[in-house]
Amino acid sequence: MEEEKKKQTVIPIGPYHPLQEEPEFFKLFVNGEKVEKLDIEIGYNHRGIEKISESKHFDQVAFTVERICGICSTSHPFAYVNAVEDLAGIEVTDRTKYIRSIVGELERLHSHLLWLGLAGHFIGYNTVWMWVWKAREPLLDVMEYITGNRQHYSMFKIGGVRLDILNEDIPRMEKMLDGLLPYIDLFKGAVMDDPVIQARAKGICPLTKKEAIDFCAVGPLARASGVDIDIRRDNPYAAYGMVDWKVITAVNGDIFDKIVVRVLEMYESVKIIRGCLNGLKKEPEGNFDLKIKNIPAGEGIGRHEAPRGEVFHFVRSDGSNRPVRHKIRAPSYVNVPTNEITAIKGTISDAAITLGAVDPCYCCTERCVVIDKNTNKKILGGSDLIKLSQEKTRELKKKMGITE
Amino acid sequence: MKKIVIKALTKSIWVYHAACSPCNNCDIEILDLLTPRHDVERFGISLVGSIKHADAMLVTGVPNMKTAPRIKEVYEQMPKPGVVIAIGSCACGGNMFRDSYNFVKPLDEIIPVDAYVPGCPPKPEAMIMGVVKLIKKLKGL
Repeated sequence: MEEEKKKQTVIPIGPYHPLQEEPEFFKLFVNGEKVEKLDIEIGYNHRGIEKISESKHFDQVAFTVERICGICSTSHPFAYVNAVEDLAGIEVTDRTKYIRSIVGELERLHSHLLWLGLAGHFIGYNTVWMWVWKAREPLLDVMEYITGNRQHYSMFKIGGVRLDILNEDIPRMEKMLDGLLPYIDLFKGAVMDDPVIQARAKGICPLTKKEAIDFCAVGPLARASGVDIDIRRDNPYAAYGMVDWKVITAVNGDIFDKIVVRVLEMYESVKIIRGCLNGLKKEPEGNFDLKIKNIPAGEGIGRHEAPRGEVFHFVRSDGSNRPVRHKIRAPSYVNVPTNEITAIKGTISDAAITLGAVDPCYCCTERCVVIDKNTNKKILGGSDLIKLSQEKTRELKKKMGITE
Repeated sequence: MKKIVIKALTKSIWVYHAACSPCNNCDIEILDLLTPRHDVERFGISLVGSIKHADAMLVTGVPNMKTAPRIKEVYEQMPKPGVVIAIGSCACGGNMFRDSYNFVKPLDEIIPVDAYVPGCPPKPEAMIMGVVKLIKKLKGL
């Protein structure tokens, strides 16, 4: 057994690898072509957002959590304002609800398109990448038009949104959606009918329903495995309970289903945006901000169905102007570990698309402290850090001649 | 630098993208540059998979405890002469992450930086402008 272990080939992917946008490190333990074990090492993206958030006042935190992740940069403020409004018992206006849902769904569209392009890139279909990202541009233009930014929209604030969507802007958005639908049809056709994509994705590295539940997978990943969960429907917030749409699920949980679920979800997003725009027309303009000044003491939780799954925020306030504790759990945190069981069902060449199919977002995931492994030869956890710190204090005390 | 070296360096720039704990936004805007709307491949700018093939290194994000030594290592592997471009406010100066306990020091104190493109995230047009300015500077225009 010991002998065998020594012979095992290890293929490192990362931390800087052409496949990856972000620094992360995978170790594939392989036997021939077959992947036998997968080791995931993260920590390259840790920036200490939760701690920074405790030093900002409530209004600034919305901007801070936005910078957790660029791809789902509305999800975090969305969940955060939900948490604070839960804490303070604020009920926002209908116009705010519609605007929030519109921005959330536009972001889902852009995120799914982005992922679809990258998935095409992972399996060597750069044409798919170019086409999809071309279709994504009008969406970003609309985002820039209504929020002022291509990314990092900064639309959310406690008790409302920062900018109104004027009724005269609505036709422009509807035109963009009309232009986008033929593209989604095209991508749907390309995925469903292309024999190469079928061969490359169908039945590859499936995540069964039981495994999805065991790993607490969320979002499109869980829905592709047949787990019917969606925060937008199960626990309606913003305008999701006010418009008509349905949750997309699939059965097999293989790469193909993960692609299909995301493509079909785009249709639902378009439907939600259309419903919200219709609702927006009936609401009076300018009624989009409650101008909340003080946050009382208390605790609140907020959830949002991000493009990747459920994002969870917990905020505790002691009545001052900043949160005393802000806990964040992003969807990739539970989705990434599923790679450990899905990747070993395939070969090395499938590993790229399998790791990508989760739509991982490491900047969302990394909320814990990890100290450099290479220099220290060991990973220090939180308790070790405290121990080290205590030792240092003791040494200092000795130097200064203070006895305990 | 010699004239021929500058010509070789600025003719068709191959870039390597090194993410240094970013929020992904600058990264997707960099990829956006390559796609049909902006299409910088027209100018011979192409994204390469290895730093050993690259003329320029695009760095995004704040250097943290874990990425700082690695980004230095990546820079040392780059064939010289090469240029480093810091993309985004984080790489330029730390942005709001300056106060973080995991922040080491600004990028330009770890590796030499030739051009800064601030913004959160900078628009693709701004990145193109940064590269154009850098080329002009190298050529002494």
